[in-house]
Amino acid sequence: MTHPTELTIAGARRALAAREISAAELTQAHLDAIAALNPRLNAYITVTPELAAAQAAEADAALARGEAGPLAGIPLAIKDLFCTAGTRTTAGSRILGDFVPPYESTVTGNLLRDGAVFLGKANLDEFAMGSSNTSSAFGAAENPWKRQGDDTALVPGGSSGGSAAAVAARLALGATATDTGGSIRQPAAFCGVSGIKPTYGRCSRFGIVAYASSLDQAGPVARTVEDCAILLGSMAGFDPRDSTSADVAVPDFAAAVARGVKGLRIGIPREYRVEGLSPEIDALWRQGMDWLRAEGATLVDISLPHTKYALPTYYIVAPAEASTNLARYDGVRFGLRENGEDLKDLYERTRAAGFGDEVKRRILIGTYVLSAGYYDAYYVKAQQVRALIKRDFDQAWAQVDAILTPATPTAAFGRDENQDDPVAMYLNDVFTITANLAGIPGMSVPAGLDGKGLPLGLQVLGRPFDEETVFAVGGAIERAAGFHALPALRAAA
Amino acid sequence: MSLDTATVRRVASLARLRVEEADLPRLEAELNGILGWIEQLQAVDTQGVEPMAGGGAQALRMREDRVTDGGIQEQVLANAPDRAGAFFAVPKVVE
Repeated sequence: MTHPTELTIAGARRALAAREISAAELTQAHLDAIAALNPRLNAYITVTPELAAAQAAEADAALARGEAGPLAGIPLAIKDLFCTAGTRTTAGSRILGDFVPPYESTVTGNLLRDGAVFLGKANLDEFAMGSSNTSSAFGAAENPWKRQGDDTALVPGGSSGGSAAAVAARLALGATATDTGGSIRQPAAFCGVSGIKPTYGRCSRFGIVAYASSLDQAGPVARTVEDCAILLGSMAGFDPRDSTSADVAVPDFAAAVARGVKGLRIGIPREYRVEGLSPEIDALWRQGMDWLRAEGATLVDISLPHTKYALPTYYIVAPAEASTNLARYDGVRFGLRENGEDLKDLYERTRAAGFGDEVKRRILIGTYVLSAGYYDAYYVKAQQVRALIKRDFDQAWAQVDAILTPATPTAAFGRDENQDDPVAMYLNDVFTITANLAGIPGMSVPAGLDGKGLPLGLQVLGRPFDEETVFAVGGAIERAAGFHALPALRAAA
Repeated sequence: MSLDTATVRRVASLARLRVEEADLPRLEAELNGILGWIEQLQAVDTQGVEPMAGGGAQALRMREDRVTDGGIQEQVLANAPDRAGAFFAVPKVVE
């Protein structure tokens, strides 16, 4: 039979149900793979082998009793931004380096309810701020893919770089992640796996370390579109503990994956043909259009005129919310403390020692744009442009059922590239960021390789709370692309 | 709009971030780079556009005004860097 780490979640569920493999064996295979590869990839900040073994034993017992939940025995990586009761949760920051939450996030609680096994906590950019997973206080994570004939360490993308690297390298069957400006979709594309940021409000934010609360949304990373749908089905759902959680029914996402695209109208936004778009990515985008047309979809040329203002809008809204959210790290109630001469000095020294450079930059920008005299010129202006970006999409939905774009402007880059200029790094999110500002679902699906053998993704955007259509289009792309390339670094098959 | 050194120092103080004098020029350049890039938003006509504050289209729910948890003092204090009995401890703030 297939090596356990090569299974899909759907395949593992069948194998577990048929008792071809035990949850204990499946979990151990992943723990062995982590022991072998994590020292190199640094995809996990914390590995929890004893906890995973205990959860796997529970899953085996539930399977034996015939009472197994939909994810019984499925080993997952949990982005280290989700609070896990009794397991250290760092947000990739020194300031939370020893933080052990006394409570469980709603999303991880839902996964545990359904029988999942947690292998450990996945690496990320500090406080989920970044596109390369190089800002983690626990060291950079490495992309398991390599350029042909070149051993340069490439970034896995970010902020959910550890989640995507772990799934790509077969160190987990799937992972939780979060996406504030592209932090699920960009790393998924860089690592040749799938990931979906659902509609704002679909997954509860309770217990997820906050970055920018009006943009943050949890979602899964996995190796197939169907596996993403299975995971999202467990993660999603109304939660009274998050005031922005949407009280809407969770449909059978997995059933939508095979639905096909016949009769669907797919929008192609002309503003996404940005200056400097790599010819390879442009060609892949055209290939994606051909695939969907061949499957019976109609392509519609659309305009989203405010697209070019999305990144600067984001870099006002997100830092403003971040500066507010991160005010709680004061060295008093939890987290790192650096003593000072008085309370203000204690705050200032604690925060200077606890936060990394990118987090400090965003706190400073956010504080500035919210400060007296600048609030209207920056923050209110950005909120107004955000409304226009959302209106662009609202108008597009009158013409189309989903939108197809590239996921990223380039393939994965080297660890030392793009580090000198913060704005150059921000441009990574040019295609993904609009979905966060508008609150709509977006999915990245691996669709091809560039000339150097690195994976490239296509992105599908959908109407609010219509993840089913996104999954249907994503499934069609996955079937047409037949993406079976494998990363250079992965658990022995 | 561009930041001068004094403004960077003031914003850092507002944000409760200790910044060494030697780091101010670098921060000033980085922040001005970002703010200069953001400046392009001024080109958008937003006359009469209602600012979008939240992430979703739905209005916030009201909830019943009642206590939903409590009695978890030890859990609340479990991660405190310093405590005195049932309290968080901080340096003396009043003489």
